[in-house]
Amino acid sequence: MSRAGDDPHRAADHEHGSELSETQLRVRALESILVEKGYIDPAALDVLIETYETRIGPHNGARVVAKAWVDPDFRRWLLTDSTAAIASLSYTGRQGEHMVALENTSGVHNLVVCTLCSCYPWPVLGLPPVWYKSAPYRSRVVADPRGVLSDFGVELPPDTAIRVWDSTAEVRYMVVPMRPDGTDSWGEEELARLVTRDSMIGAGLPRRPQDVRR
Amino acid sequence: MNGAHDMGGVHGFGAVMPEPDEPVFHADWERRILALTLAMGATGEWTLDAARFARENRPPADYLSKSYYQIWLAGLQQLLVERGLVAPWELAAGRSLWPAKAVRRTLAARDTTRLLERGGPTDREAPRPARFKVGDQVRARNMHPATHTRLPRYVRGHTGTIARVHGCHVFPDSNAHGHGEDPQWLYTVSFRGQELWGAEADPTVTVSVDAFEPYLEPAP
Repeated sequence: MSRAGDDPHRAADHEHGSELSETQLRVRALESILVEKGYIDPAALDVLIETYETRIGPHNGARVVAKAWVDPDFRRWLLTDSTAAIASLSYTGRQGEHMVALENTSGVHNLVVCTLCSCYPWPVLGLPPVWYKSAPYRSRVVADPRGVLSDFGVELPPDTAIRVWDSTAEVRYMVVPMRPDGTDSWGEEELARLVTRDSMIGAGLPRRPQDVRR
Repeated sequence: MNGAHDMGGVHGFGAVMPEPDEPVFHADWERRILALTLAMGATGEWTLDAARFARENRPPADYLSKSYYQIWLAGLQQLLVERGLVAPWELAAGRSLWPAKAVRRTLAARDTTRLLERGGPTDREAPRPARFKVGDQVRARNMHPATHTRLPRYVRGHTGTIARVHGCHVFPDSNAHGHGEDPQWLYTVSFRGQELWGAEADPTVTVSVDAFEPYLEPAP
């Protein structure tokens, strides 16, 4: 599995075709066993899926970042007591119990990974994308972060300090990217549209004002 | 354990391939296994640390040939069988053939949102003072337990600096194996890239891990 195209962490995600895959059948069988035994309330499954498919996602984190960009008191709070500041916007709970927000500056770029599994700040970013959980990212970002950034089309100045944060315990990290130039007159809601998921992991930069229609 | 999951610094996996406009799930069964895993986790029959160990504790070739959610499926099946909640022949038959075992809790739909919003904080009262403070030089121990640990191989034996102190947290190495929470001080330890990867490595890079106190010793 030397090339990404052969990587089962990607390929198996595309096995759904017209026929039901073996995995699909196994999961379906497991679900019926667990429901039949009364271990699981099927209605709870619907709530769980709906929560992570529609309600919780990077739009939450984008609101946190945009607020930090316009409100210096909130920014300070976010950087010193991230969990409480984020909770003030009602983003709390599972996989975000202990948050640390990391601020990018002109001299420092932060990048987040979980080399051991897939730890990720769910309440602010939702479930992680496939690339974040993939072997190429987890293996390489701690040794060659500039190489990984170039896979995302991001080139940083050679003297920018790069800090990689490996999420090996229950602390969850999010990056506060730099506010794009030319947005002085922008309000919080408009700014949130510039904040991408990848920019809050550190693998990307925010959109520029010219990239979005006001 | 020194498993295939511990990927930091491994070569040969190729380029990162971001997917434009990626959906949250790529197949319906991924939705189902995520929800099944969370709902069964809420029964309290095992800890999150035990679930992580169940996912990582498999032959490297098996780990690397499965997609992320296939690993979740395999991990969940293993926990269910280990705990006697589902028999292997039931998994093979695809239906329940045996009376259910009592579980501590069943997650009800009406409680689900509150449970997710509360989460499972892992900070605990400190049983003893912290051994290290911000700025201290520490060495990650050269240790290779065959059981669950959260100290990745690429930092073992290397010297870094305590960058943050997070208080005491549930110790995964103990909690994953039913030996209790055994709270330990948790630190962010930052390592220079060149300390980890050699003199040819990018001098602008630092890498940090969150390390429990038993993983660390004072730098020599």
